[in-house]
Amino acid sequence: MRVPFVEDTGLRALQFIEELGKTALFMGGILRSLVLPPVRVRRFVNELYDIGVLSLLLVGGSGIAVGMVLGLQGYNTLVRFGAEQSLGAVVGLAVIRELGPVLTGLLVTGRAGSAMAAEIGSMVTNEQLDGLRMMAIDPMHLVVTPKMVAMTAVMPLLSAIFTCASIFGGWLVGVQLLGLDGGVYLSSLEDAVDFNDDVLGSLLKAVVFGALVGLIATFRGYHARRSAAGVSAATTSTVVVSSVAILIVDYFITALWGV
Amino acid sequence: MSDASSSEAHVVLREVSLAFGRRRVFDGLSCSFPRGAISVILGGSGAGKSTVLRLIGRLQRPDRGEIFVAGQEITRLSDRRVNEVRGRLGMMFQGGALLDSLSVFENVALPLREREHRGDVAQEVRRRLEAVGLPDAGPLLPSQLSGGMVKRVALARALVGDPEIVLCDEPFSGLDPVNVRRVEALLERLARDLGITLIVTSHHIASSRRMAEQIVFLQDGRAVVGTPAELEASPDRRIGDFFRADGEGPFTLPEGAAA
Repeated sequence: MRVPFVEDTGLRALQFIEELGKTALFMGGILRSLVLPPVRVRRFVNELYDIGVLSLLLVGGSGIAVGMVLGLQGYNTLVRFGAEQSLGAVVGLAVIRELGPVLTGLLVTGRAGSAMAAEIGSMVTNEQLDGLRMMAIDPMHLVVTPKMVAMTAVMPLLSAIFTCASIFGGWLVGVQLLGLDGGVYLSSLEDAVDFNDDVLGSLLKAVVFGALVGLIATFRGYHARRSAAGVSAATTSTVVVSSVAILIVDYFITALWGV
Repeated sequence: MSDASSSEAHVVLREVSLAFGRRRVFDGLSCSFPRGAISVILGGSGAGKSTVLRLIGRLQRPDRGEIFVAGQEITRLSDRRVNEVRGRLGMMFQGGALLDSLSVFENVALPLREREHRGDVAQEVRRRLEAVGLPDAGPLLPSQLSGGMVKRVALARALVGDPEIVLCDEPFSGLDPVNVRRVEALLERLARDLGITLIVTSHHIASSRRMAEQIVFLQDGRAVVGTPAELEASPDRRIGDFFRADGEGPFTLPEGAAA
């Protein structure tokens, strides 16, 4: 007797296991490409520009906006307890430990991760990756790995910029708008933030998120179906899966390592 | 009509079977492609013409059967060994498969640079672009080329490694009659001058009649092989109709097709 629910569940489980296997093989391919010559410096720099430089305005602007909101909300809350002098610490710790890497990860996923998946997916559809294979060129080596490495490298830098911009945004609201003393804002920030625990931890998170977004975007693009709908699906799933993965992994990094 | 096992065969497919899901594309397909000859693969839409080229380039593995390229059985080769075989192949894809981000010059130079070509890369690229009648196209991007120019650049790229076998997937599709004749003459001249084995898929009956020394007609997952004249006179009505459908001879539409 056929039970559709059981069949569906079994099929989904098998698909999930197959996907895990494909992801592991894909990661293996990237690691293999990393150690095999030639070193593709030019492509890596191009990717750094595409992902990093072209995201600067978005990340910087968003950082300032987030910092301003945090400054406003933080001040209004702290002033009730007479603790508005701690505004620098509140804004600083919130963006350094959590919001900086997480929001940068989400922003970069939307801007560069989706573009990366769409570009590779289009290359699949237009047979460009097959064209490379026929020239005995490994697409993992030429196309995928530089993008993946650049995403991993650029995420902590963008996260640092987002964090600095947020602290500046909090300063704008707290000091320039609401009249808090600038020295108090900065000294509370300096007293509260520990470089090893907070700043390095934040950068570690950003590196993990960068690797995660890079892996998901390149994997989804590389395995896109050969059609416009396939590219669209790869792009959408990159944004959805990367965003959810960032939030889940952020919880585990925080819970396990206290970062 | 000829047998699949010619002693002069440069490429041989023997008892090849392939299915995509439930759709069986080939069911014991056997055919061979003579060394130094122009062979055209014909067949209706979905007959598997492009898939034959993908099998020869090992972009696709068969479910069963053997494929010999220059005497080497390729279906079970490692990736590294396959790349050695691909070094003897050139492939012109239907859409060109040129990398959008690279200029025409860089596209044609890519396989040479990747193989660390010892000669003058620029001179070799210029020679190939001149051979396809595009000596000044080097600085252009693929997006700036017409359909015919894309095909010719793709052919130039397929020829840069001095391949023994060139696979051309639908070289005449989407071209106006003048460009069809231009590409056709180019292929014939290159095959004659360079002595390469040319395997072309096409829907273009007139070109196939003019240039093919052998036609491989795909039908029901198998191949019928012969000269253009032999196939045109085939007692199999479907083959005869395929040739007549493009001309002015007597032709009967299949039942229901005229609705």
